[in-house]
Amino acid sequence: MPDDVMLEVADLHAFYGESHVLHGVSLTVPKGEVVTLLGRNGAGKTTTLRSIMGIVPRRDGSIRMEGTETVGLAPHRIPRLGIGFVPEERGIFSSLDVEENLMLPPVVRPGGMAVEDIFRLFPNLKERRRSQGTKLSGGEQQMLAIARILRTGATLLLLDEPTEGLAPVIVQQIGRVIRELKAKGFTILLVEQNFRFAATLADRHYVMEDGRIVDMIPNEQLEANMERLHEYLGV
Amino acid sequence: MFEFLGVPPQALFGQLLLGLINGSFYALLSLGLAVIFGMLNVINFAHGALYMVGAFTAWLMLQYLGIGYWPALILAPLVVGLFGIILEKTMLSRLYKLDHLYGLLLTFGLALILEGMFRHWYGASGQPYRIPDALQGGRNLGFMFLPNYRGWVVVASLVVCLGTWYAIERTRLGAYLRAATENPVLVQAFGINVPRMITLTYGFGVALAGFAGVLAAPIYQVNPLMGSNLIIVVFAVVVIGGMGSIMGAIVTGFALGLLEGLTKVFYPEASNIVVFVVMAVVLLIKPAGLFGRER
Repeated sequence: MPDDVMLEVADLHAFYGESHVLHGVSLTVPKGEVVTLLGRNGAGKTTTLRSIMGIVPRRDGSIRMEGTETVGLAPHRIPRLGIGFVPEERGIFSSLDVEENLMLPPVVRPGGMAVEDIFRLFPNLKERRRSQGTKLSGGEQQMLAIARILRTGATLLLLDEPTEGLAPVIVQQIGRVIRELKAKGFTILLVEQNFRFAATLADRHYVMEDGRIVDMIPNEQLEANMERLHEYLGV
Repeated sequence: MFEFLGVPPQALFGQLLLGLINGSFYALLSLGLAVIFGMLNVINFAHGALYMVGAFTAWLMLQYLGIGYWPALILAPLVVGLFGIILEKTMLSRLYKLDHLYGLLLTFGLALILEGMFRHWYGASGQPYRIPDALQGGRNLGFMFLPNYRGWVVVASLVVCLGTWYAIERTRLGAYLRAATENPVLVQAFGINVPRMITLTYGFGVALAGFAGVLAAPIYQVNPLMGSNLIIVVFAVVVIGGMGSIMGAIVTGFALGLLEGLTKVFYPEASNIVVFVVMAVVLLIKPAGLFGRER
């Protein structure tokens, strides 16, 4: 595998009980890029991220993080390879205050962002350090969910629909944050429904349908492929 | 001397002290149950039996190894905790994917087996355990006589309960525990070994029961059934306080002990059922318990 590949997923199958959800997903995330997974509801985008984190009941195939095979690793070992996860439901803990939420994920390798730098990126969070995590607004909770994995030294960030249900102003703000993170050298795999948002950030787009990758479109060819994309996404 | 509502103060304070002693044990035991339920979603019916095992471990250590009260106060909870870790690893951990009822049945069965074994070996009559020399005797507080050992039990229980509360609510390790109680899968996805946390939590919860057992040994006799007599009241305490609430378990434990003591003074006939009356009322008005959060 070339050195510039961060994550390589090959022929990934995932199962929830009897139901076979992913049917041979393959994708590559190069270092330093923002890659999106587009697709309709139920196409398997979230399951793909959860499979990468090892938190689906069963998965087969190959998922390599910087060359290390993770299928077969215990779930708590996978983030320690340098992967940070922001789940779809944001996963802010109500029994923890904002600062405790921020400090919860253990540092997995050196080189994470300092807390002061995180607060500079998300000034709202600093003001509300002592609030209960779930008392924050939806946008602030999303910021917190992103902020807490920047401390850990993770170099690959998996973001599951960070803009879902948020007001346009907040969506813009999150777009700015993601651009800034990319400039800092983070590699990002982003699940999105909102491809207009994704188009402003991403280097390439994978399109999913029924648990399979059906297309890969580099961002510079997005305009030329707009019609195809509309068809995939049914918009 | 003055009387209070027709009750001599000696009797009033005496019963309040007895209530406080009982409350000390209710608090320690319901705290362990609450910690275990929060993390494992298992109602640990073996809790009373493990309290008894803690007391017997101290007694056996003294009888056969010459290990006295103070070392036993540390060693017996460790033994019980280790036993709990083995139980969790080999049996309980297989049941998490099933209904809560299976964990309850397993721990209930374990309680019966443990009690049966100790009854078989040591009979149903109690074994005496001497109060350690340093805590013999008592002191006159002016309004009442306080046996030193009983004072020690209340203090030790308070310190351990509040220490546990602090560790869970105010430290980083406690934050892991609270987070994993709420969303274990996500905590795992941050790189924390949740199955090991669950095992250690069970070990810690039952070690608290073991500790309570050692504290109880010099007060009550060391008896194979001492746990099952107590545990029913403790379950009522947990229901009143609210499942999974740490401070709720502590406060409710002490408060109900005191309430029982007061009832003994003013209406002794009701003293054995007052806890259950409170439980019924709380369940009617606030089903999640006084300190519980609706899930």
